[in-house]
This record gives sequence, C-alpha cells and structure tokens, in this order.
Amino acid sequence: MGLAQLRNETKSTSESTAVLLRELVAHLGQNRTQLREEWIRRITEGRLLTAMSKEEIFAEATSVYDSYVEALETRTLETLQAYAQNLSERIIPRGVETHEVVGIVLLLRDVLARSLFSKYHADTRMLNAVLDAYEPAANAIAITVAVGFVRERERIIRQQQEAIRELSTPVLQVRERLLILPIIGLIDPLRARQLTEQLLRGIRANRAKVVVIDITGVAAMDATVANHLVLTVESARLLGARVIVTGLSPEIAQTLVNIGVDLGKMNTVGDLQGGIEEAERLLGYKVGPLSEGMSA
Amino acid sequence: MKPVGVLEETRVAVAVDADIVAARMHGRALATRLGFRATDATLIATAISELARNILLYAKTGEVTISAIERGDRRGLAVVASDEGPGIADAARAMEDGFSTSGRLGLGLPGVRRLMDEFEVRSSAGRGTTVTVKKWIA
Amino acid sequence: MQVPILKQGAYLIATIQSALTDADIVQLRDALVEQVGRYRSRGVIIDVTALDVMDSFATGTLRDVAHMVRLRGAETVIVGIQPDVAFAMVHMGLTLEGVTTKLDLEEGLDHLNRNIRTTAGR
Repeated sequence: MGLAQLRNETKSTSESTAVLLRELVAHLGQNRTQLREEWIRRITEGRLLTAMSKEEIFAEATSVYDSYVEALETRTLETLQAYAQNLSERIIPRGVETHEVVGIVLLLRDVLARSLFSKYHADTRMLNAVLDAYEPAANAIAITVAVGFVRERERIIRQQQEAIRELSTPVLQVRERLLILPIIGLIDPLRARQLTEQLLRGIRANRAKVVVIDITGVAAMDATVANHLVLTVESARLLGARVIVTGLSPEIAQTLVNIGVDLGKMNTVGDLQGGIEEAERLLGYKVGPLSEGMSA
Repeated sequence: MKPVGVLEETRVAVAVDADIVAARMHGRALATRLGFRATDATLIATAISELARNILLYAKTGEVTISAIERGDRRGLAVVASDEGPGIADAARAMEDGFSTSGRLGLGLPGVRRLMDEFEVRSSAGRGTTVTVKKWIA
Repeated sequence: MQVPILKQGAYLIATIQSALTDADIVQLRDALVEQVGRYRSRGVIIDVTALDVMDSFATGTLRDVAHMVRLRGAETVIVGIQPDVAFAMVHMGLTLEGVTTKLDLEEGLDHLNRNIRTTAGR
C-alpha cells in the first residue's frame, strides 16, 4: 500500500518530484552526521529506547537513518521492510515497545522536516514543493516500519501462546512404547489441533505403540470436541499406535454416539488406571496375577 | 468484509499428472515462505493436489493459481483451480461426502473444504468450474 | 519415476520417494501385484516416509494394492506416514481403513513376522 502510494505520487508529477527527492536525498546525505545526532538527542530526551545502551542506539540509529534515506532515494520500500523486520526481531526481545518504535520514526521524520525548513525557508514555493515530495514518502516509511514492528510482535505473541498451550498439555511417556495424553480443561479448535500435533509427534519420537488418552478432566464435551477426539484417534492409528480412551462418562459416550462414532471401534476403558493396565497388556507386559500369560 | 489484496501469485498450467506435483510443491513452498506452520503447509498442498487432479480427471486441462493474500492485518494463501470442462451439474450434491461421478472417491470437495478456511465453487453444466479456497495464518 | 521394490525373503519392500505422480503410483500398484504373484511373497511393505502429501488418489490406490495383494495371499503394511500427512488425511476423511499401518519399517517387519508365524502351515 505504501509502495503504491510512493509510485502513484511520483507518476503524476514524476519529473519534478524525482528531481526534488534527489535533492532531498543529497541534502540528507551531506548533513547525515549532524541530523543523526540531532535525532539521537531527541530520542534520549523523549526517553525512548531506554532498554538499549548508547552504543546500541547509535548503531541502530545509523542503520535506520541510512535505510530511510535509501528508501527515499530508490522510492521502493522492500529493503526498508526487510530491515524493519530484522530490527524488530532484534529489539522486541529487549523489551522495546510499539510506541517507542513509532516514536523514533516520527522523530526522525520531524528532524528531517525541520532541516528542510531551515534550508528552504527563504523560498516558500520551493519549500512547498520539497515538502510535497517529502511528506508522502516519509509517511509511507513511517507506516512500513510501524506495521513491520507490529507484525513481528504478533508473530512472537502467537509463538508464545503456542508454547504455553504446549506446556499445559504434556504428552507423557510412562513406559517404553506407551504414551499418556491427559486432556484437561477447555478445548477450543486451536488447542485441539495442537494436542493432535503434539501427540503425533510424540508417537513418532517415542515410537509409541499404545496411547492412552484420558478425558476425565475435559471441561465440556460437545460435538466439535468429540469430533476432534475421533480425528486424533484415527490419526494416531495411521502412525501405527493403538489408542485407548479413558475417562469416558456416560454423557460423553452419548455425545460420541450422537455424532455417529461407533464406540465399538474405539477402545474405551473406564478410568486412567484401567486404561494403563489395558495398554500394558497390549504391549505384552505381565500385569496382575501370573495366570494371564503372554498376549499375542 | 474487508477486501482481499493479492501480494503475489503463481500460475500452474495443469495438463499432465506431473503438473499436480508441481502445483502442490509451489503451494507448499509459498505456504512455508509466508509463515504457515508445517501442518498447514501440508493441508494446503493436499488441497491443491485434490483440486488439480479434479481438473485433470474432469476437464483434461486447466489452471491452478496460487497467491499470497492479505485482508487487513491477516495474511494467507489462496488457491484458484479453474477449468473449462463439463462443469458440475449438481454442485450441491458434489459437496456431499461420497458423491462420485467417476467411481473413484468422488471429487473430494467436501474434504478440501474441511481443510481450508474459505471455500467457494462456481460451476454449472457445460460452463467449466472454478474452485477458490483460502487459508489464513492462524 | 519408478518406485524401487526390494525383495527381502518372503517380503517385498517398496520405498516411495516424495515427488510421486499418479502414473508412478499406478505403476507401483501393478508392479507389486505382479511380483507378489511371481515370487509368492507373503507380505508387502510400502514405505511412505518421504511422501509429503497423501491425497484421495494415493490413499485409494494404496487401498487397492492391499486388496489385490490379499487376493494373492499376502498382507500389506503401510509404514512411515508422517504426522502432518496423517493429520491432513483424517481431516479430509481419508482413513486407509482395512489396511494395516505401522510407524516404520522395523515395526512393519515385526508385524509381518508375527502374523505370518501365526498363520504358518497354511
């Protein structure tokens, strides 16, 4: 969107805008050192980027300044976009927040704009022309950096949420080739899907032959969740694991029957303990009285 | 609903069965590059495989267009499978599980719909078919 | 690209590579059926570890293999279905019902060995 704006802008008054931007870029290049210092001063005054050291601010400010000028010069935003993402990846873990990033980009825009004011203040027509060329470009740049930062934050938050969900439902290996997946709490589609993925990866990693899925702790079982359960059982089977479902209350059994699940095909046992014993029997472990004998 | 913007797109002509493989590899590659999780990339590749095969089976030739899309802040992937074949005379029935005109497993469209977030099929007898599916990054 | 089929005693082992076209899979089906007849194999293992997509055609054809091979007195085991492939399959409603599936080659061989032993003397 910003890219289109930059291009459209320059199409209509292309010659003059191009010339103006070139002059602008030259000016910003010539005064790089002092403008950058001015900017850093304002950043510090505004108490932004407090999580970073002076050296780091200087280094980043230099990169941002140069990327900014390059974006103005080439009238494309790709390099800036890539830089913004890279910058965000580095500073977000440091605790830098959105308002700081937006703040510093706007400060840079102000510093540069003021510099243009002082250079062209004697010639109003020229000043207006330069600002006409500068403003849309500067705004597009500000948006690009801000959006890049926000996107990166969202990506990280998603990752963290995923990690939390994963932690909250561990797949447990209790015996060789036997996994237990206790499902506790509310299951939304996203979590259900994550459970399935975790279980399948666990089956692969542990070479599990039997999985006990315990649903005693599931808060609410509706048709959607029941369906997810069935899909989980079926996908585990594709990986060669037999599934035993435990903790099935009569109500849940009814829900499953209602959605068309053939409970005869699903191996269900009353409680977790019983399920584990059944699993061990399937795996060939002798459980209980020795009269059992080896299973096939 | 906000309009959907297309960021980039790849067209794959479908005429022989090697094209099915090419289309799904493109799909997986784009999905991975956009940041879809591995499982979703597989869902997308599987959906593309089904749609591309339908083109071959029922229309002999057609085209699969795979695009990176965005709507507001969300990014995703869209697949448009189109052909000028005989069309689906009864689109509603085609969406029922088990419906089959060629004796195989049918068009697989209900399955594709389950894999994707958005699904639309436009078709009528004699006027070709266009199936559009979209998946958004969670 | 042809799928290589290895003869290991009474078993045939086919290892699929990832870029499998429809023609390849049909060719594999026919080759397996022919070889089971020729060698009087007792078991067939199809290793799909490298397969990154299993759609309705692949699933249907593998089921066909299992049926046709059973008619010739041999059992088929599919091994190596990847976690996300399994995930996609069940969401699409493809279940490979009636076909034995195991985690990997080792499990597949183990299954055949145990099963063949119990039907020994046939």
